[in-house]
Amino acid sequence: MNHRQPSGDAMIEWLHPALVLLLGAGLLPLLPSAVRKAWLVLVPLAGLGVIFSLSPGEFGRIEFLGMPLVTGRVDELSLVFAYVFGIILVIGMTFALHLKDTVQHVAALAYAGSALGAVLAGDLVTLYVFWELMVITSVWLIWRRGTDVSYLSGMRYLVIHALGGVLLLAGVIVYYQTTGSIAFDQIERSSVAFHLILVAFLINAAVPPLHAWLSDAYPEATITGAVFMSALTTKTAVYVLMRGYAGVEVLMWMGAIMTWYGVIYAVLANDIRRILAYHIISQVGYMVCAVGMGTTLALNGAAAHAFTHILYKALLFMGAGAVIYMTGKSKLSELGGLYRTMPWTFLLFMIGAVSISGFPLFSGFVSKTIIIEAAAVDGRGLVYLMLLTAGAGTFLSIGLKLAWFTFLDHDAGLRPREAPPHMLIAMGLAAAFCFLIGIVPGPLYALLPAPIDYDAWTLAHVLKELQLLLFTGLAFFLLLRFVGGKPKIALDVDWLYRGGGRRLTAAIRDRVQATNRSAREQFMAALVLWMARVKKRHGRDGKLARTWPTGSMAFWVAVLLASLLVFGIRQH
Amino acid sequence: MNLLALMPFIVLIPLIASGVVALLPGRTLPWVATLLAALASAVIAALVLPEAIGQGPMSYPFGNWPPPIGIEYRVDAANAFVALLVAGMAAITLLWAPKSVAAEIEGRHGTFYALFLLALAGLLGITLTGDAFNVFVFLEISSLATYALIAYGQDRRALLAAFRYLIMGTVGATFLLIGIAFLYMVTGTLNMADLAERLPELRDNNAVRAALAFIIVGMGLKLALLPLHLWLPNAYAYAPNFVTAFLAGTATKVALYVMLRFVFTVFAPDYSFVVLPLSTVLMVLAVAGMFAGSWVAMFQIHLKRMLAYSSVAQVGYMVLGVSLATLTGLTAAFLHLFNHALIKTALFMAIGCVMYRTGSAKLDDLRGLGREMPWTLTAFALAGLSIIGVPTTAGFISKWYLVLASVEVGAWWLVALIVITSLMAVYYIWRVIEAAWFSPRPQGAVAVQEAPLALLLPTWLVVGLNFYFGLDTRLTVGASTAAAEALLGAGVALP
Repeated sequence: MNHRQPSGDAMIEWLHPALVLLLGAGLLPLLPSAVRKAWLVLVPLAGLGVIFSLSPGEFGRIEFLGMPLVTGRVDELSLVFAYVFGIILVIGMTFALHLKDTVQHVAALAYAGSALGAVLAGDLVTLYVFWELMVITSVWLIWRRGTDVSYLSGMRYLVIHALGGVLLLAGVIVYYQTTGSIAFDQIERSSVAFHLILVAFLINAAVPPLHAWLSDAYPEATITGAVFMSALTTKTAVYVLMRGYAGVEVLMWMGAIMTWYGVIYAVLANDIRRILAYHIISQVGYMVCAVGMGTTLALNGAAAHAFTHILYKALLFMGAGAVIYMTGKSKLSELGGLYRTMPWTFLLFMIGAVSISGFPLFSGFVSKTIIIEAAAVDGRGLVYLMLLTAGAGTFLSIGLKLAWFTFLDHDAGLRPREAPPHMLIAMGLAAAFCFLIGIVPGPLYALLPAPIDYDAWTLAHVLKELQLLLFTGLAFFLLLRFVGGKPKIALDVDWLYRGGGRRLTAAIRDRVQATNRSAREQFMAALVLWMARVKKRHGRDGKLARTWPTGSMAFWVAVLLASLLVFGIRQH
Repeated sequence: MNLLALMPFIVLIPLIASGVVALLPGRTLPWVATLLAALASAVIAALVLPEAIGQGPMSYPFGNWPPPIGIEYRVDAANAFVALLVAGMAAITLLWAPKSVAAEIEGRHGTFYALFLLALAGLLGITLTGDAFNVFVFLEISSLATYALIAYGQDRRALLAAFRYLIMGTVGATFLLIGIAFLYMVTGTLNMADLAERLPELRDNNAVRAALAFIIVGMGLKLALLPLHLWLPNAYAYAPNFVTAFLAGTATKVALYVMLRFVFTVFAPDYSFVVLPLSTVLMVLAVAGMFAGSWVAMFQIHLKRMLAYSSVAQVGYMVLGVSLATLTGLTAAFLHLFNHALIKTALFMAIGCVMYRTGSAKLDDLRGLGREMPWTLTAFALAGLSIIGVPTTAGFISKWYLVLASVEVGAWWLVALIVITSLMAVYYIWRVIEAAWFSPRPQGAVAVQEAPLALLLPTWLVVGLNFYFGLDTRLTVGASTAAAEALLGAGVALP
């Protein structure tokens, strides 16, 4: 890919990683099935290689309809996200190796490619294109579960994200109209575009009350698809918020509320992946809150937390996925005692669980505490308290409740085999990252967008976290009877557009439907009649389509000439 | 030999080659010679275009007789662009030709290809010449050759269609001749540049006005502007597939160019758009053409006829751009002139592939064919996306500029009309896709093979070009803008 650009950019070595993945996705169905598995390992590795060879700068400039597009903006911020996306793609693909469903593989590769494209986009138009592509590709990861529930869930996912896409597009157009630029940097508060784009971003970041698509769709996604989805969509949203909306204070409050919102619903949930999904909302809350604070330390914290979060959340989703894959069950109330037959899965899952809870020695600790520290430094007492205590809830529902009722506790009588090796390898990779980052956070800190002077390992940090977590543990075991999973449904905002709302409006609906039906029947009858008439009159031998005699043409020539002449000469 | 001396050979090569090809025996030899001639023309045209855009008009006096006495070839960005399109489309369709022509035309092919070269030379001559009477001469050369080419069609109705086209085409050419004669009567010159200089003094002369009216009606007929389109559907439907593919991409485009040349260069827009209600008339006819063409196409069951009516609609888009009489409008017209040539040629080629295998272009005979001829029908579907105007296709680019031009003059309602007619295009393209992929193959239908590579590759080449020019718009938008600027001259914009 060496070619000299005449514009004076000197020598450019630039290959868009998204292109590699999209091409890899496109070629996959054409390959003979024997080599597909190798291809699935090779393409993510090639993508990862390209990502790691990126050097800062602006590449891939294209002129489209007079708008200068920058398809590759590589700087410290986009690199952090690109790196971790590349890593998680390799891990996720390894986890999915057993799968024979080519559609899912293509969707996953293209989805990761478009997420990378969105993160590297230097202008709003490119961002929009990849943004939409992400939705279109990721929805297949839900649909390929193949159940009715997942189909409907995927439909809702699609509708909500299509709405977000339209808002984004509208915002981009207004932004271009008012500023004349499509460059994607801090969005000015000057016009309505600010709000349009913000809402679109918030939908993807799953900020309540726009979050319900996430807890609705992720538990219904395929086992392997959920791993990618947990990593990519919301974190891309965090990235674009960092890029465009750093320091917008309302985000700080939204984020702080999110941390608790997710935790509370997670405590109430019963499906293991729904618990994890709610925890995405909670964890993304930390990042959104940090973006809202907007200080250098907070932004560093958001980037670091996104990095570690992707890894441990994917690990947790893989653990939950392995359980579902081996047992076919996903409800806490139906699981239990799995540690006997799935000891490795249990162990690796626990590494993810302690990471997300922020135990010292694991990755969550070194990133989450930055954000909490940033709140403290900024003098935001209430936010500080909310973030800190939400950590207790996280530990309660994942580290204790989820782990306890899935792997320990009473024996549910299930005797599944251990998860297959490739799954264990994938989980092992993610767990290794969680652990290594936890004990040696230096390399991660070196990647962050701004230089950071932060030591996670002060006595105060460690003690504070440990106290919090240990007392949470104590409370859990004292109240064990009350916190178990119950086969109930916790209502969330999606109730509005799902069952409950429907029941609420049932009476009105019936009335409306009756009138509607009769009106529609009349209309359809009229339409059919009209169509028949149109077909008869305008069909093959309709008036316009008939082969007219030559004379009629001469007539029209005369009419046209006469009218032109009459007009032309009449004026004088 | 410098470029200026080479330039007339764009026309001369096919003209001279036609005489040679007529004598060549067999089938392959005439085709090879024809292809070489067309390629040579296309290469020279490609060399001339950047020169004409960069350096301004090039003038070549024939036989060293200086204009206005002698005949002059005068090339600026506008006609260099059209010439490249015509020669290029000729070369590309020729790549596709041999299999298709062999299936449809019996005996030796020397005469057929000689006629094709004559038609090509005529079209190129019209494009390049700077002499008004020379336009008429070349128009007759290309028209007569075209009538004969259409009559080659296998369907017996081709004879009638060719005859009707002959009558109507002659009416159109005669009108052009009458217009030119009026101009000669009052100015005493036939050179276009010379005419442009002398006409402003004669603004109030009724003969000049009549000349403009005659020329517009005459060319409106050749470019199939509604209601003067009646010759086109049958001529396209029953001509040999190769001839249809070539004509759809070139003939109407050249007629549009001639009309533009007279309206903008010879008469100057501040005359022609003021003295006649040209803007209104063209806009009304263009919109009517867009709707009537798409409407009829929606109900056609003969696919070549369907595409022919779609061409009437597409001509409407081009004329709509012209009727706005702004730089953007003209740019849109030139863009669509180029892009539509690519789109329609690809569609006709795909239908030609189907006809090559099944011998029918009826919608009903296409049912279930998607599984048996996947590459052909995918090409059709992709080119269909382009005619609908889906982003990343060439069709989108021209519609985009048309929308820009409409918005520029504040005519939002035109945008609505463009969108509505695009939706109609969705319908008539969808009918084909539905039949090909979503209907079962009729019982007792013969098994059909995929079209041979010799047909598929050129078809996909044109489909690929549709997407290439949908993404890389430097050549098309650049040349179209230059062409529009060349026509508007000093940039006379209208109120």
